[in-house]
Amino acid sequence: MQTAEIFDSLDYGPAPESAKPAHAWLDAHSRTFGMFIDGAWTQPDDARFFDTVEPATGKPLARITQASTADVDAAVAAARAAQPAWAALRPHDRARFLYALARQVQKHARLFAVLETLDNGKPIRETRDIDIPLVARHFYHHAGWAQLFETEMPGYQPVGVVGQIIPWNFPLLMLAWKVAPAMAMGNTVVLKPAEWTSLTALLFAEICTEIGLPPGVLNIVTGDGRVGEQIVTHAGVDKIAFTGSTIVGKRIRELTAGSGKKLSLELGGKSPFIVFDNADLDSVVEGVVDAIWFNQGQVCCAGSRLLVQENVAETLYEKLRMRMEKLRVGDPLDKAIDIGAIISPRQLQKIRDLVATGVAEGAQIWQPSTPCPSEGNFFPPTLFTHVTPTATIAQEEIFGPVLAAMTFRTPAEALALANNTRYGLAASVWSEDINLALEVAGKIKAGVVWINCTNQFDAASGFGGYRESGFGREGGREGLYEYVRRIQTADVRPPMSDNDGLPSTVSRPTSPIDRTPKLYIGGKQARPDSGYSRAVHGPNGAVIAEVGAGSRKDIRNAVEAARAAAGWGEASAHNRAQVLYYIAENLAARRTEFATRITAQTGAAAAEAEHEVDQSIEHLFAFAAWADKYDGAVHRTPMRNATLAFNEPIGVIGIACPEHTPLLGCVTLAAAALAMGNTAVLIPSEKHPLSATDLYQVLDTSDVPGGVLNIITGGRDELAKTLAEHADVDAIWYFGTPEGAAMIERASAHNLKHTWIGPTTTSFTPFDAALQHELLRQSTQVKNVWAPYGA
Amino acid sequence: MSHARNPGTPLDLNWVERVRVNRSAVERRTASLPGRRTVKQAWQAAWLMRAITLIDLTTLQGDDTPGNVQRLCAKARRPLRSDITDALHAGPLHLHVGAVCVFHEMVRTAVEALHGSGIPVAAVSTGFPAGMTPFALRIQEIEHSVEAGAAEIDIVISRRHVLTGNWRALYDEICAYRHACGHAHLKTILETGELATLRNVQQASLVCMMGGADFIKTSTGKVTVNATLPVGLTMARAIRDYREKTSHIVGFKPAGGIRTAKQALDWMILMKEELGDDWLRPDLFRFGASSLLADIERQLEHHVTNRYSAAFRHPMM
Repeated sequence: MQTAEIFDSLDYGPAPESAKPAHAWLDAHSRTFGMFIDGAWTQPDDARFFDTVEPATGKPLARITQASTADVDAAVAAARAAQPAWAALRPHDRARFLYALARQVQKHARLFAVLETLDNGKPIRETRDIDIPLVARHFYHHAGWAQLFETEMPGYQPVGVVGQIIPWNFPLLMLAWKVAPAMAMGNTVVLKPAEWTSLTALLFAEICTEIGLPPGVLNIVTGDGRVGEQIVTHAGVDKIAFTGSTIVGKRIRELTAGSGKKLSLELGGKSPFIVFDNADLDSVVEGVVDAIWFNQGQVCCAGSRLLVQENVAETLYEKLRMRMEKLRVGDPLDKAIDIGAIISPRQLQKIRDLVATGVAEGAQIWQPSTPCPSEGNFFPPTLFTHVTPTATIAQEEIFGPVLAAMTFRTPAEALALANNTRYGLAASVWSEDINLALEVAGKIKAGVVWINCTNQFDAASGFGGYRESGFGREGGREGLYEYVRRIQTADVRPPMSDNDGLPSTVSRPTSPIDRTPKLYIGGKQARPDSGYSRAVHGPNGAVIAEVGAGSRKDIRNAVEAARAAAGWGEASAHNRAQVLYYIAENLAARRTEFATRITAQTGAAAAEAEHEVDQSIEHLFAFAAWADKYDGAVHRTPMRNATLAFNEPIGVIGIACPEHTPLLGCVTLAAAALAMGNTAVLIPSEKHPLSATDLYQVLDTSDVPGGVLNIITGGRDELAKTLAEHADVDAIWYFGTPEGAAMIERASAHNLKHTWIGPTTTSFTPFDAALQHELLRQSTQVKNVWAPYGA
Repeated sequence: MSHARNPGTPLDLNWVERVRVNRSAVERRTASLPGRRTVKQAWQAAWLMRAITLIDLTTLQGDDTPGNVQRLCAKARRPLRSDITDALHAGPLHLHVGAVCVFHEMVRTAVEALHGSGIPVAAVSTGFPAGMTPFALRIQEIEHSVEAGAAEIDIVISRRHVLTGNWRALYDEICAYRHACGHAHLKTILETGELATLRNVQQASLVCMMGGADFIKTSTGKVTVNATLPVGLTMARAIRDYREKTSHIVGFKPAGGIRTAKQALDWMILMKEELGDDWLRPDLFRFGASSLLADIERQLEHHVTNRYSAAFRHPMM
């Protein structure tokens, strides 16, 4: 009489999704897998197998291969060989392949979902309803970008061979995020799935064969971090795209420093989930469920820090506890399970350790009374209240189903707490007051802000972090630029004329009054801390002036001034444009003086020098024009909402200027940075700094607020290194030597600042559309704000 | 299993004004819930058997006669074919529907037809479905139906009071209806399809409960949009909020548009998740439905025989 008993209790029974087809697929491969290189499978090698394990049971599912150096070489060679033909395909033909992949994923959707759940441990509800549909959507969307390559990406070419390393938390979805844009833009790929979760990538390789993807376009190598490192350091790879931990991301930044490889990193987070007292608290509770109990909390953008307005905190906590009693932890293949298995015993132990730390540090822990399986890697949903910002669990990414809650009093305090982190991946804001919600969304330092929702993803919207959550975006138009390079026609000026001779126009300054420029910090001239000056030589070697010898402390002061001037970014774009026009106007008034100075320094012919001044004025006009025209976008994501892509300033940018065009280089770079709302610390041309120091008076008379642009003369690499190492500098642009570039990229790894590297000869000529857009892109980072609506 | 009736509370306008409902978030919850919970096999059969006991088997047509109401009542007594009942070992459960719901003119017929069955008769009232008849007549209509033997009165609220934010008028109306009901239970139909916003729905739900409603009910079944899961979730959360603040228990009745066994399970899952198992019993939860039972019968026959069924194989009402 089982039915009658259930009639009384009305329990949920078991609702298992059958794993038979997935097991049959594994059996058909004898549960051993080689790798997919150049369109063929490598022979499985007994000596190099390792197990991939089912997290829910701890049992091995299959044996996969640890790639060797030779395998990685072969994969890169195959990708290299395939790339020209792939890039030469008509965009429409590339679109057809991507479209076929989308269709094929849909046709095998359930097999992918079950296999993913087996291998990863996440609930079948998530793989079936979220992961796999998003994978198909990503390929459809990027089939479209492939189709539109010529019309939408003029002036760009593929990067070449792309090395991609993906994590275990969304195995196939991360493959899609990486592979789809890379292939759409004409690149070929060597991809390494995480060693714990390679199976769906291997199944994906099979569907590539089914649709007739040309050999070598996608190569999949398996193995642990050593394989990843081989890809990262491989000379035949042009770009690395990585999603994973911040520690590994920094390591990759260091390993690729100076290599010229493009790099995009999507790393960790400790994302705030902010609840105001005028939110729909019952909906907030469901938001929290989706924020931290989605995928067992093993989500880089998990809303793991709950910030609640103090007057509703206890009410919300009580609602949360009631809701947590309803969460079901267990067999991920059961269709009615909310929380599946943690990926590995190692990860489980890490969660346990951090939870123990949370308790030891005084936070109040609460877990529901519902059962949690003792076999397999399971951890119950956990709520910590009375957490303080000093607590380890408020700072460290736990990557588990553990929520750390604290309270705030005012919107300003909520923002301060939200931004009190090295990370900046995502944030969630809950309020029924649109004024409050948009204000907070604008001021949060994060690449994605979800208003009254959380963990929403779509191929049409960019995803990626601020700060130590990485750089680069995945999805949307903004994500495409990670997989293209600007076609550079001739980004150098004609050779310097008469650099060794004695140009006729050169003359010693006629004024008998000494005019030794100091440094320019906070809108004022400041003596160099060192108390030393540097001689500036003319083209004939004679000393033509002296400038301050800037040092570490001057950089420190300049960065402080630049940070204090952050209000520049909140001023209206119109206002910034007016200031840039004003600089141009004042520069034009002193055209002859500046031209003479260029000649005095570089020996350029008078006409050439005048041309450089004119170009500088024109570039100021160009970025003044762009200031209120480099619009964001409203992405067409498939839900009732506005996904608003804002081009936000990066913050404080350190700029080491090109050497050869002393005025044009620094003016162009500063104009771009300032137009987009950044503040800057600028190191002028080391050899020819006087064009920059002459700008002090121009800036003083052009309404440039103090601190917005700071100028430190001195040894370029020494000063740039201090900037690169400074934790309060958000980006560094370096136009210098290859050795210096490597040093800068290495030194910037510790806080993952954006870097932009160029040769010291860069003269921003021709100043074409693609170059202007690159300057604008380097000056901005895209924040996507999701704002659902509905009366 | 019976709960104390909700005595109502004074009208608390601050509480009503504090209500916030985010439609998108509510819709996300209800859209994902059927993917988060499901019942299969024996569990599904047992849940559907329970669903039968939650039905207010309803006929509200202008052409109702004693004849078709008597048929309805016979079906209410014996909702399942006996061979299916036996196969499910459900005989001892004495399955019957939760109530029969009719217009006032059919109350006596239904009461007589259901005599001895323990099945209550519910009467729609107060100028159903628009509620635009004179107030005094609406009160009298309730009194007449109670006198005729209705144990439950399904009133329609004055939607104009919600749309104009006149909570005092709505509250007073409900209090008067409750008084007129006497021992009969008061079910207040919000007609959510005419309330425009989910915030209005939750505010109206609270005011009805403050006024002493025993049940809050979504719809008349007579307008374009009837019971939807987002509306149901919004009302269920109002019931939970009211219980947390006052300790009073109020029932819930979605009505209109619930025709399939799958829909019934989705509603029951919503109740179990948001309010708890108590709201899966007929004293706190009802479906207002006329054709739902027929689909449940077919699904249960499929469960018993593993063959898909046909409507004509089941006795009609």
